[in-house]
Amino acid sequence: MRNNTFQDRRWVIAGIFSVVILIYIIRLFSLQIVETKYKIGAESNALLRKTIYPPRGLIYDRNNTLLVYNRPAYDIAMILREITDLDTLEFCNTLNITKDYFCERMKDIKDRKKNPGFSVYTPQIFMTQLYGDEIANMQQNIYRYPGFYIQNRTLREYTFPYAAHVFGSIGEVSKSDIERDPYYRQGDYSGRDGVEFTYEKHLRGEKGVEILLRDSKGRIRGKYRDGDADEEPVAGKNLTLTIDIQLQKIGEELLNGKIGSIVAIEPQTGEILSMVTNPGYDPSILVGRSRSKNYNELVNDPTKPLLNRATLAQYSPGSTFKPIQALICLQLGGINEHTRFPCNGESSVPIRCSHYHGSPVSLLNAIEQSCNPYFWQAFRATLEKDGYGEKNSSFKENYQAWMDALYSFGFGHKFEDSDLFEHVKGNIPTQNYFNRYFGETGWRALTIRSLSIGQGEVLATPLQLANVMAIIANQGYYITPHLNKNDTMLLKKHVTAVDSSHFPIVTEGMWRVFEYGTGRYYKIPGLDMCGKTGTVQNNFGKDHSLFVGFAPRENPVIAIAVVVENAGFGATWAAPIASLMMEQYILGKIDRHYLFDRISTSILNPDVQKR
Amino acid sequence: MFKRDSVTYSIDWLVLLLYFTLVIMGWFNIYGASYDLDHEGSMFNFDFRAGKQFIWIITAFVIGGVILLLDYRFFNYFAYYIYALTILLLIITIFIAPEIKGSRSWLVMGPISIQPAELAKVSTALVLAKWMSRYNFKMKSPRDFIPLIFFILLPFGLIVLQREIGSALVFSTFLLVLYREGMRGEILLMLSLFIVLFILVLKYSASPIANAEGTWGMVLAMGIVLISQFVYTYFFTRHKKEAWILAGSVTALSLIFIVLNKWFFTVNFDYVAIAITAATTPYWLVVELIKRYKKYLFPAFMTLVAIGFCFTSDQIFNRVLEPHQQIRIKILLNMEEDLMGAGYNVNQSKIAIGSGGFWGKGFLNGTQTKLKYVPEQDTDFIFCTIGEEHGFVGSVFVLILYWLLLMRILAIAERQKEAFHRIYAYGVASLLFFHVMINVGMVLGVMPVIGIPLPFLSYGGSSLWSFTILLFILLRLDASRLERR
Repeated sequence: MRNNTFQDRRWVIAGIFSVVILIYIIRLFSLQIVETKYKIGAESNALLRKTIYPPRGLIYDRNNTLLVYNRPAYDIAMILREITDLDTLEFCNTLNITKDYFCERMKDIKDRKKNPGFSVYTPQIFMTQLYGDEIANMQQNIYRYPGFYIQNRTLREYTFPYAAHVFGSIGEVSKSDIERDPYYRQGDYSGRDGVEFTYEKHLRGEKGVEILLRDSKGRIRGKYRDGDADEEPVAGKNLTLTIDIQLQKIGEELLNGKIGSIVAIEPQTGEILSMVTNPGYDPSILVGRSRSKNYNELVNDPTKPLLNRATLAQYSPGSTFKPIQALICLQLGGINEHTRFPCNGESSVPIRCSHYHGSPVSLLNAIEQSCNPYFWQAFRATLEKDGYGEKNSSFKENYQAWMDALYSFGFGHKFEDSDLFEHVKGNIPTQNYFNRYFGETGWRALTIRSLSIGQGEVLATPLQLANVMAIIANQGYYITPHLNKNDTMLLKKHVTAVDSSHFPIVTEGMWRVFEYGTGRYYKIPGLDMCGKTGTVQNNFGKDHSLFVGFAPRENPVIAIAVVVENAGFGATWAAPIASLMMEQYILGKIDRHYLFDRISTSILNPDVQKR
Repeated sequence: MFKRDSVTYSIDWLVLLLYFTLVIMGWFNIYGASYDLDHEGSMFNFDFRAGKQFIWIITAFVIGGVILLLDYRFFNYFAYYIYALTILLLIITIFIAPEIKGSRSWLVMGPISIQPAELAKVSTALVLAKWMSRYNFKMKSPRDFIPLIFFILLPFGLIVLQREIGSALVFSTFLLVLYREGMRGEILLMLSLFIVLFILVLKYSASPIANAEGTWGMVLAMGIVLISQFVYTYFFTRHKKEAWILAGSVTALSLIFIVLNKWFFTVNFDYVAIAITAATTPYWLVVELIKRYKKYLFPAFMTLVAIGFCFTSDQIFNRVLEPHQQIRIKILLNMEEDLMGAGYNVNQSKIAIGSGGFWGKGFLNGTQTKLKYVPEQDTDFIFCTIGEEHGFVGSVFVLILYWLLLMRILAIAERQKEAFHRIYAYGVASLLFFHVMINVGMVLGVMPVIGIPLPFLSYGGSSLWSFTILLFILLRLDASRLERR
């Protein structure tokens, strides 16, 4: 063996080989096991998570009439990098758009200020919310425009042009929505108001995901793991409303040309049968591409069609407050069923009476004839029944009792457990308020006399007034007014502070209103109805016309409150509207066509537009 | 029973087994890498890469079989002729090869194209073995050594002319063979040192020193040179005192200049570092004269060479290397990031491997490779597919196969009676090692992107054939050890 003197060097060489291999194994360990960024990098490289939107739940009325459903719509998306040889003119013709629009749109998409997520690699929305007929041409020719894709989505569609404020609408989620609920992603849609908002989670369902494989050129190359990792979307659940769409329709027609609202409630259940506000709009105008344009018009309309007056407008109840006043005075012992008070008609002090009736007047007559002096004296008798006491303490105690009783009728606070999108609490003035205003001992029954007839600081929404009628119809309790038919709320009876024994006489008084009083012209023959008109002074022109009531007298099925702003006497406008609503609901149809036509065609406010 | 001198009896079955395992793994992974979601071709469909590779594999087996049937003396006798033939082929290739991806290295003959550069590796291993196994060969004799360098540089130069710098660099691996046969180890160390200096100067020449003139690149490089001198003197000579004198004066001088820079005038530390380092040369010459110790001439000389090298390495980088090579090196050194451009390959390859995890995603389940994120994934980047689909376990398994193969070849080399056989075996091991080191290193992002295949695994006839020839010649030579002569 010659020339083998360097034999030991084989260990050096073997060492070099081994060290390099060992370094590589360590490097592999750090790349494949220690580092996680490469795994994430691989996912964002190759997996395209495509959201599958579930169909939103349908909405039915209480009689299972379909009200809101979904209609397929389409977005046109494009990946700029994949667009080749685009014949712009032909493309515009296919989509039925002008070349100017096309250029404008392209410019907007590429403008990173307007479209921060712009990238030539990812899908960009070129046009959105197109209907089938608008896109039919495109669907047939899509293969001619590489880089353009059609994406499915659904849009709301409405069977009737009514109840827009009940439904609310759907719009793109905001940044804060996304932060609040991780379910949402940029570009998702959710209910913005109405039941679409309150029942968003019920209606929206669960999004599904389809994981697609995307190659290095951005092309889709099939499903990841053959779809094993995909998640099927879960369809949204349907919603049955308490609304009777026929009643809603009649209500909206009756308020035609007027500003006002109607709330009708089924007393036993608290179910809202109709919730009308006028001016309103056709819910379908806030869908799809025209949404933002129409929304702007609605916002800028001085008659405020977006305001749901049924739950957000607060009015002094005026004379419609008298039945409640009577109940509370009876309960607190200021009066009893036989109490009579004198009335000097026009010359009564401190509050005049505008009606003509005998004196001294009884409770029944006072309700029937809406006698202001009676209720002033009853109110005073209640508050002063123990005298004024040390620093008016006895008086204040009685005021507090009066106020608490009103609270128990749903005044002055929100319905905490309600599913209504937005409602306000109205107002019942507190002791503190008067103490601040007049000083600790500076106010007496006389100071706050306008409260006795529902004027002054007392404010209530039409919803609260209708709810009070439900209380009287129920002889002393209410179920929170609500819109979801399947949420009975029956277990939660809100019992008022007034004993049920006091209700019959007030009911009798209200019955007399329809028999002999201000409502007598609008009595439905053969039906015992109860009600009370109200004519409310306000600072904005003519008096508001109010009416509250329920029917039939025995086993009532509908309690109602109607407000027509600046229309005049309660008996002239609100009463017939309420009467027609009751007729529609109880009898299922309207026989008094002359009355219906007269009311529905009367334009009291020419600014009110039907949209 | 086999006859004692038959090839089947004496062939090294372990190497053969490792060879078959690697080739079959390559075939499966080429199927995996070129597997297209739209066209699920079979592994035998000749329209696809895996099917074609199957043909290459079968033909490679035939070639291997033929080599085993040849007489073992054939390679020894014809080594020069084989070498001359491949050199001729390389020259012809320069002139007649069509330009493919910027290089002229492929000879296209109808449906088959071969790369003579691959064959040149085999023939150079043979010719080196032949030359060094000559009677009375002395590495130190220039008459023996200079032709040896010529044998390596000739194909290297020709392949550079074909603009296949990656393949050309492979020939540097024969230095390991030379080392085994007696070349001074210092040369290898010097080369490593120069690579380190080159990287330091390149990487830090753009990092200026705060509150002074000059860059960290030169200062660090000179620091390395000085430390090497210290280590050499301290550990490899008996002159520990002289080593300490060097360290002390260098530290003192450096401190003086730091102080000067801080309170008196701005110092250019590039020149300070060079001056101090250059000053060590006369120091060592004096020490050599006083101590009559002859081992300082070489380090003193190399110090001057190193200074010159560092001084010009920027120029070398910018002048000699082409822009795409410059950027690959800069990306490797983290000096630039260009994930969509030149850094794309390596970044995607790291993503593919990194996403494999411990067990991998499973055969044909890799997303990065299937979806063509990694370019050249069935040829130069085949290791990505293994990393992604078979994970850490699979990758380490392949590396261990290579390691076993290399160790086995070294063992075979050392059991040869004939120097020709041994030297050739070292050539084989060095070639295989260099390919694995560069290829896997590039895929793992620790080596610059140099387009050379992974032995036995990468797709391609030329590379599989030439590695098969390389290995089977060794197997044939080894099988002869038991033959009666």
